[in-house]
Amino acid sequence: MEPILFVIFGAIAVGGAIMVVTRRHPMASALYLILTLFAVAALFVLRQAHFLAAIQVIVYAGAVVVLFIFVIMLINVPVHKLPVERVTGLRFLGVLAAGLLILESAVLTRRFAMPRASAVDAGSVQAVGKALFTDYLLAFEITSVLLLAAVIGAIALAKKKI
Amino acid sequence: MSPLFDLAVAVARIAVFISFCLGLVVILTWVERKGAAYIQDRRGPNRARILGLTLGGIFHPLADAIKFLFKEDFIPDGAHRLFYQMAPMFALAPAIMTMAVIPFGPPVTIAGHQIPLQIADLNVGILYLFAISGMTVYGVVLAGWASNSKYPLLGGLRSSAQMLSYEVSMGLSVVGILMVFQSVQLSEIARGQGELLFGILPKWGVFVQPLGFILFLTALYAEANRTPFDLPEGESELVAGYHTEYGSFKFSMFMMAEYIHMVVGSAVLVTLFFGGWQFPYLADAGFAFPGGVSFAVPAWAVLSLRIGSFVVKTVFFCWVYVWVRWTIPRFRYDQVMRLGWKVMLPLALINIFVTGLVLLLIDKGI
Repeated sequence: MEPILFVIFGAIAVGGAIMVVTRRHPMASALYLILTLFAVAALFVLRQAHFLAAIQVIVYAGAVVVLFIFVIMLINVPVHKLPVERVTGLRFLGVLAAGLLILESAVLTRRFAMPRASAVDAGSVQAVGKALFTDYLLAFEITSVLLLAAVIGAIALAKKKI
Repeated sequence: MSPLFDLAVAVARIAVFISFCLGLVVILTWVERKGAAYIQDRRGPNRARILGLTLGGIFHPLADAIKFLFKEDFIPDGAHRLFYQMAPMFALAPAIMTMAVIPFGPPVTIAGHQIPLQIADLNVGILYLFAISGMTVYGVVLAGWASNSKYPLLGGLRSSAQMLSYEVSMGLSVVGILMVFQSVQLSEIARGQGELLFGILPKWGVFVQPLGFILFLTALYAEANRTPFDLPEGESELVAGYHTEYGSFKFSMFMMAEYIHMVVGSAVLVTLFFGGWQFPYLADAGFAFPGGVSFAVPAWAVLSLRIGSFVVKTVFFCWVYVWVRWTIPRFRYDQVMRLGWKVMLPLALINIFVTGLVLLLIDKGI
């Protein structure tokens, strides 16, 4: 059952990602991006990483893409006024890069066997919480300071008088 | 036998809980108008009748459904057709999906199998709820944008900012509950509330996390776009906000999504803060009051008291939605934003800090 589901959700994720970069309308791209993010969350669930799956949907599909759509709405460019691609050969380079990536991952998956889903418990709420607050505490705290700096920077840029 | 049994049980649970929620939605559309009428000292809906019976206008939801089905299904000129059609689906589908993780009763044992009275007992419970309910904003935003009209666009913009802002406070307001009951699984949280606090009070979320309860309740109303936070559809400024250009059954899908949010929101509130299916002082064997008085109650009565207690509490909080809607006027948009970021967010953070401190002190035995 698991390999079948993996193929299905993997195909949805890849197909959605291709649609994101090929759609002409930015709103369509954003909606396909949500589809891809959901499919990736499903892949996390298949690896027993339920916490990562939930956070993936909450943060990316629930907040980041909403901001994209917010911007698309605010700018609201009609389809016929969307800019045309200027640089030629970008598509060719894109396909080339995708091919290289596939080759690379094929080599990597041959060298390292994937751990069995039941053997690892790295993606549950308890496991992630424990790892974050023990082994990776310093990185966690530094990240929070970095985010705080970003928040303060955004306020300083947006507000003329503080 | 066993897979078939499992399938039958799963289908039964889904059927029971979804029909409970949708039935409540139908009744709520009537309660909303009748409640509005009584709060404003008028009669309310009383015309729809079957065989000469009006029964206080209870047939109005039926008349509404038939009316919505037979209205013209139009698409305004210049609308983005595909997105315009998708928006109501984006609104309704997540609303229905959120029903899946709410425990409406304790686990029961039938023919040697323990069956949780919950459609899916996910171990990420409350996070699933946040993830799925975060999707509802797309319905509102897409509707506002795809209608190609000024008022819906403004409604959509308002709602996306409002829902994102309050999602933060909502998430932080339940962290205290998760810390007290040491789980994100809703069935565990409901079970944990069966204990007693200081030997007298039931250990319900509202007693251990009073501030968390107030913050969660406020954020819930803001997320459901209900008064006093119904800025996205403020009638006096935006006609009907994001669903101005919708008619027929597409409009009723938006309405259904809103009412399902009320029902599921009440159920979540009850599960987190009012003991879920717990009945005060009722243990598995029978009543056990703090004074040492106790008497046994048969198992079937315990089960029905517990499920009944969940239903009564949920229905009560659905009524509170109606009550608040017709009592409190709408905020101004800048007030909503200031409340969300400058009041609720700091309070939620303080709540987490104090909860952590108290738990640490209790743990150290002080």
